[in-house]
Amino acid sequence: MDSNELLMLTVGAILVNNVVLSRILGICPFLGVSKRIETALGMSGAVIFVMTLASFVTALFNRFLVTATFTINGQTVSLAFTRILLFIVVIAALVQIVEILLKKFSPSLYVSLGIYLPLITTNCAVLGAAELNADASRGLISSTVFGLSTGVGFGLALLLFASIRERLAISRIPKAMEGTAIALVTAGILAMAFMGFSGLVK
Amino acid sequence: MLITILVSAGVVAAVGLVLGALIGFTAKKFEVQTDPKIEAVQELLPGANCGGCGYAGCADFASAIVTKDADPSGCSACSDAMLAKIAEVTGKAAGKKEKMTAVVFCSGSFSRAAQAADYNGVLDCRSASIVAGAGGKACRFGCLGYGSCARACPFGAIEIRDGLAVVHPELCRACGKCVNVCPRKLIRLVPASAKIHVYCNSLEKPAKRRKLCKVPCLGCKKCVRTSEEHMQMQGGLVRVNYSNPPEPDFLDQVKCPTGALQLEETHRRIEALKPAAPAPKKEESK
Repeated sequence: MDSNELLMLTVGAILVNNVVLSRILGICPFLGVSKRIETALGMSGAVIFVMTLASFVTALFNRFLVTATFTINGQTVSLAFTRILLFIVVIAALVQIVEILLKKFSPSLYVSLGIYLPLITTNCAVLGAAELNADASRGLISSTVFGLSTGVGFGLALLLFASIRERLAISRIPKAMEGTAIALVTAGILAMAFMGFSGLVK
Repeated sequence: MLITILVSAGVVAAVGLVLGALIGFTAKKFEVQTDPKIEAVQELLPGANCGGCGYAGCADFASAIVTKDADPSGCSACSDAMLAKIAEVTGKAAGKKEKMTAVVFCSGSFSRAAQAADYNGVLDCRSASIVAGAGGKACRFGCLGYGSCARACPFGAIEIRDGLAVVHPELCRACGKCVNVCPRKLIRLVPASAKIHVYCNSLEKPAKRRKLCKVPCLGCKKCVRTSEEHMQMQGGLVRVNYSNPPEPDFLDQVKCPTGALQLEETHRRIEALKPAAPAPKKEESK
């Protein structure tokens, strides 16, 4: 894996195939915690952290358990179909363990990531990053890099959206469009803007 | 086929078991010992994280009460019953405190205050106050009515009615967030036992005050003459003496000519007030 390919992977995950705006994954936190920039920052931090770790660990599992074949009594057994099941269990457990460790060793980080960590244990964007890695049969390093940059892409989208919503909250908006309605329209326009990046990376 | 089913079920179960054991192990091994008192105190605190106590939130304040001898009565949002319970948990007596409430010293709603401009900018008092002609109302001292205080209130105690912020004292916990956020410095914390207030903050000359608003305090001292111990002059305005506030029937004795002196209840139901002065004309623009 040369550095050029890694760069392409990073740019592709952050801008071109942004996890929220072009893959439409993780919409729940995207709409839920985007009312204020402060909470959006906390959430982005937690997502980047968890996604990187989860991508690494699920890549390990993918390599040694899911894609491996076992021969028992002359019959070949493949566990490929248990992938989603295994991934979601692994990610949930991983976040739990990380939370306990953080509480012990870095209380300040624990407080700042706080409620966001358990919130994203079963987030579809985190599982999505793991699944995309497995689909593309990426190695350990490129999986981790992809997880990290997908998380950064999520953070970028969330931050942009939160700043727009903070401004929207103090604007005159037609009664029928207030709240979620205008937020969804905004998200759509933001997604269209990100379409401009397509073709940047093959 | 059967083997595939058995193996996959076995592997998933095994992974689940191993991970479960791992979580259990880490939870035991890296357990953080916290004083159960802190949690108990935190349960009793309001949990609004308003920051009125000066700590980062209710959890922080709870640990300060238990470990650093902070006074629980520093929480203005706690009821006396809750304070007594906290004292029971920690075994320390809580200090006494007087219940306070926020008061918006203005009654110039959109229909009562003269308009000098049409404001079409950002609907937030702090933004409006830095634009020339601030917020549309002609009075430079009154409530802008764009609800910065209402949004800052963690307890939902402030309502904007007809372009005027009114406080619901039964919801107000006197945390002081609105006081800090108001660009006109109109909101003050006063003892909740006072039921009458002078709802005006204008420092214009009295004649101009009357021009700009239907319910200004003109500083005529009618109320001060009625009772000097209850009412005081402060600058060009009359204020209630909050160390000795008057009873509600004081209002009938005074008969404030403009209606700036009013019951807190009347201020909340702004349509109930009948201003004595004739309606001010829209200020002529040059």
